Amino acid sequence: MLCTTRRTFLGGAVALLATPAIAQGKPRVVILGGGFGGAACARAMRLADPGFEVTLVEPNPTFTACPFSNAVIAGLRDIAAQRFGYDAIRTAGITVAQDQATAVDPQTRRVTLRGGAGLDYDRLVLSPGIAIRWDSLPGYDEAAAAVMPHAWIAGEQTLLRRQLEVISAPANPFRCPPGPYERASLIAYYLKTAKPRSKVILLDAKDSFSKQRLFQDAWRQLYPERVEWVSLSNGGKVTSVDAKTRTLVSDFATYKADVANVIPPQRAGRIAELAGVADRTGWCPVDPVSFESRLQPNIHVVGDAAIAGAMPKSAFAANAQAKVCADAITALLHGDTPSQPKLINNCYSLVAPDYGISIAGVYHPVNGQLADVEGAGGASPSDAPADFRALEASYAEAWFRTITTQTFG
Amino acid sequence: MKALPAVMLVLLTAAASAAELPPGATSCSGCHPPTASAETKVPPIRGRNPAEIVAAMEAFRSGERPSTVMGRIAKGFSDDEIRAVAAWLAAQH
Repeated sequence: MLCTTRRTFLGGAVALLATPAIAQGKPRVVILGGGFGGAACARAMRLADPGFEVTLVEPNPTFTACPFSNAVIAGLRDIAAQRFGYDAIRTAGITVAQDQATAVDPQTRRVTLRGGAGLDYDRLVLSPGIAIRWDSLPGYDEAAAAVMPHAWIAGEQTLLRRQLEVISAPANPFRCPPGPYERASLIAYYLKTAKPRSKVILLDAKDSFSKQRLFQDAWRQLYPERVEWVSLSNGGKVTSVDAKTRTLVSDFATYKADVANVIPPQRAGRIAELAGVADRTGWCPVDPVSFESRLQPNIHVVGDAAIAGAMPKSAFAANAQAKVCADAITALLHGDTPSQPKLINNCYSLVAPDYGISIAGVYHPVNGQLADVEGAGGASPSDAPADFRALEASYAEAWFRTITTQTFG
Repeated sequence: MKALPAVMLVLLTAAASAAELPPGATSCSGCHPPTASAETKVPPIRGRNPAEIVAAMEAFRSGERPSTVMGRIAKGFSDDEIRAVAAWLAAQH
């Protein structure tokens, strides 16, 4: 968490010196989506200037975190450890509206809520996460997802099954690029002890994936013959599913699963489309300095919904973007120019409870996109000893505690 | 009479540093807790002596100090950027 007193003082001093961009009343910042991006942005806005009126709109009374939800699926963690309320955010002076935004009018700068009430804003931040593309995979609709869960938006889906034997992973881009492979790993860990004759088949619409060498080395070492990865070139792309028979069909073969987990193609959360900030890809192009939409003025998009160049769709990235976005909005509302940012991402995956691996990156705006800072970042070393893996597993848990405390605590 | 220039100086400095958030500075708190915590081995870095932060980042960057991920992150920052982030962190308390 940023230091309240210092930031408060600085914000106040700037407000006195700069010409306010908003002539009358308190500048109103409305944030849609109370996850790692939106909730962090609300708190950073609150700290930046107590003169801002900050409203966070989130339909759910509690947030269920996706990072570590693969451990819940594998029976290694209670879902209660994934759930966070909004009380501390309210206590911090943020108005939390438990409601759903149903429309955004960029011209009048007004958000409409489900009940019909309106929220006027000077700056709007969308952090809506992802929506499933229900139209993209024949046979995979919401009814099918009850039988073949995606569990890619944490919550009830996370609890549907604790034994997943065929997993399908989508093409890029999607939420949490190493997530399908972490999931396969932790399911393999579960099967190794609970169902030793079972295996995981991972059908992939890609020929390469995040932390690939680290995952594949670990699978050979920890789960020989238990994880089978079928790449795009080997017919891994799932072209249709049949929920009744739990069958996944690829170009080359048909897989009948005891338990099937379909991670389908995704797009930005629904409100992004309604606000007119999503492009034809389904995701939201943004300015890499301010995260302001390229399609609509005064609307910023952070987190998984944004097209953030080289930055992956991760909770860490959403949190880092939210803080940069809050700083940019603060500058804009004070009539200043946002400063050029750098952002960090660091994603941990667990291959086993005591075996963690990471991938990091440092990013900066180049030609209107967030690009990797060359020479920085990369994955954990491939030849690291067991104590290095155990240390990274402990850092993964430490990261989760720190970021959730910073955001929701 | 002596107090007035000092007040002005503080305000101007504050304005300058608020407008110039050092690149990368707010990402650190993704992992580093605000205060020492029994629950995490990751050290707090807010309010630390900036020279310590600069020395640590330089050692991570060169590989002189072993790390899991900090070497990979430190390579993304120049000397000037490290100094600016360290000064900003030192002022957060």
